[in-house]
Amino acid sequence: MYLKSAYEIREKYLRKDMLPTIFCPGCGIGSVLQFTLRAIDDLGLNQDEIVWVSGIGCSSRVPGFVNFDGLHTTHGRALAFATGIKLTNPDLKIIAFMGDGDAAAIGGNHLIHAIRRNLDVTVILINNFTYGMTGGQVAPTALKGLKGTTAPYGQFENPFDIAQLAVSAGANYVARWTVFNYLQGINSIKKALQKEGFTLVEFLSPCPISFGRRNRMKTAPELIRWYQKITVPLAKAKKMSPEELEGKIVIGEFADRDRPGLVREYREYIKRAKKMMGWEE
Amino acid sequence: MRYPFPVGKADFIQGDEAIARAAILAGCRFYAGYPITPASEIFEAMALYMPLVDGVSIQMEDEIASIAAIIGASWAGAKAMTATSGPGFSLMQENIGYAVMTETPIVVVDVQRGGPSTGQPTLAAQGDIMQSIWGTHGDHTLIVLSPSTVQEAFDFTIRAFNLAEKYRTPVVLLTDAEVAHMRERVYIPNPDDIELVYRKLPQNEEEAKLPFGDPHGDGIPPMPIFGKGYRTYVTGLTHDERGRPKTVDAEVHERLIKRIIGKIENNKHDIISYEKFELDDADVAIVSTGIVSRSAIRAVKILREKGIKAGLLKLNTIWPFDFDMMEELAEQVKKIFVPEMNMGQLYHLVKEGANGKAEVELISKIGGEVHTPMEIVERVVG
Repeated sequence: MYLKSAYEIREKYLRKDMLPTIFCPGCGIGSVLQFTLRAIDDLGLNQDEIVWVSGIGCSSRVPGFVNFDGLHTTHGRALAFATGIKLTNPDLKIIAFMGDGDAAAIGGNHLIHAIRRNLDVTVILINNFTYGMTGGQVAPTALKGLKGTTAPYGQFENPFDIAQLAVSAGANYVARWTVFNYLQGINSIKKALQKEGFTLVEFLSPCPISFGRRNRMKTAPELIRWYQKITVPLAKAKKMSPEELEGKIVIGEFADRDRPGLVREYREYIKRAKKMMGWEE
Repeated sequence: MRYPFPVGKADFIQGDEAIARAAILAGCRFYAGYPITPASEIFEAMALYMPLVDGVSIQMEDEIASIAAIIGASWAGAKAMTATSGPGFSLMQENIGYAVMTETPIVVVDVQRGGPSTGQPTLAAQGDIMQSIWGTHGDHTLIVLSPSTVQEAFDFTIRAFNLAEKYRTPVVLLTDAEVAHMRERVYIPNPDDIELVYRKLPQNEEEAKLPFGDPHGDGIPPMPIFGKGYRTYVTGLTHDERGRPKTVDAEVHERLIKRIIGKIENNKHDIISYEKFELDDADVAIVSTGIVSRSAIRAVKILREKGIKAGLLKLNTIWPFDFDMMEELAEQVKKIFVPEMNMGQLYHLVKEGANGKAEVELISKIGGEVHTPMEIVERVVG
């Protein structure tokens, strides 16, 4: 396992003519992309049977760099597009690469309903607390007090906990890691890709250029240290009081269950319809 | 293939129902929607029929998701449709632009109601003509069809799918509450007698590598379907022939947009459809579309009885618009009247087409009722 060099992964899965990527120095998206490609490679999935969908934002540019079918859609709507692809051709495996703003702000409604339906899709969510592409505005995941160009005095709203939201809405698999949890990250993506229904792996990812420099963390190492400080593993968090958890982010696996996915539910629905109409026994 | 409704014979059905049946016969196998008056019956019929023909009918969380889902379905290989009314159609505009830019064949039905905003949900209007043509941002074009009877609602729906597939473009079926809810006798043809068009697929690797190119010189690239191993990248950003984003290259943008507009404009005589009644010797022309055409036909008959040489031009296609034909008409007649159920949307197109060769007068009516024939007659007589 994991013996393949990054070079081999790049040769096999990236579109060379699209390189270099648009990502800034110190950005975590490339790491998460590598985790995802390694998970695909390790599982031996067929490259031609995977479709990458995305909305708008830095992380949503990922499908352009990988050599798969890809649909780079409108802001926040990736999962709605994915619904049409998956129900039309259930043989296709769908990976949605999304950012925090894309998934939780403009796409919040599509996110909760895709989870409610248990749409068969794996969401890889890059959470960097900021809108990197438009220059560092606050995201709905931004912790209180964090600065962005639209909250220059520090965020005054409450943040969304996307992983917890996904658990509550009914996702089959939900995990959250930082981009520095290399093995856990890859293993979670592998689990997510093998499951039916809605699966989501969230990554706390550094954005030194748009986010870090406005929050006194101008380099990736500074952000690494900060993530180490604010994250708490799930097992440890269970023993902590709400006061102790204030301002912390829990990482780990939050849901792992096997509710039937939308494709299976719809196939049953077709059978029921034909039976009710007397077309089939 | 078994159908969940009678085929090869006439039935007495609503316009919305006719659109749903036509879509099924046109090969539509993916429907996503969000309920809205007066378009909901299309959805309800699709919900009933789709599972029986192994198709998908799904109620999405809103109109934005509905059109997004059908675009996704189209890239996965399905003929796909959604239906809505004015407010929902407004929500869909961003993704209509996406479908134009990515050259995705889809059919969007807009059953017009009184607006703006939530307006008059249960009453008829023709206030979405401009929205259907120019609702999305940027330079673009698409196709808009407008039926005036339940039979036309059926026939134009099949045509909408055929045009969408042929030109790889979104097609809007623009109808209204009157056509949607009225019951009329409709002939539902035998499926074998319906001529269906399917999108061009890549014939070789070379074509598959250029999903936004022009290998046949007709401006319409073959469409590689997801999952066939072509590894196509589709983006709403300005892209080159291979689909790679090229957002700051003026030349690439101009080439792309001009081709997308050109593939419709260069074929407008194949797309444009209209009917002429008593126009050969007419001094006065009435130009109308949709439900108002039916009052206008009666008005022409009454005017002829009064000795006024009136004729009607009924537009079945609203866009693309035949400006040249309109100028020829203006050269022939003394005056053109445009009765429509809004404050003057078709009127502007007709006036531009007439190019000053004849006087153009708007006969506007709003509030939810169709013009009576006498209302048109009185205005023409003056």
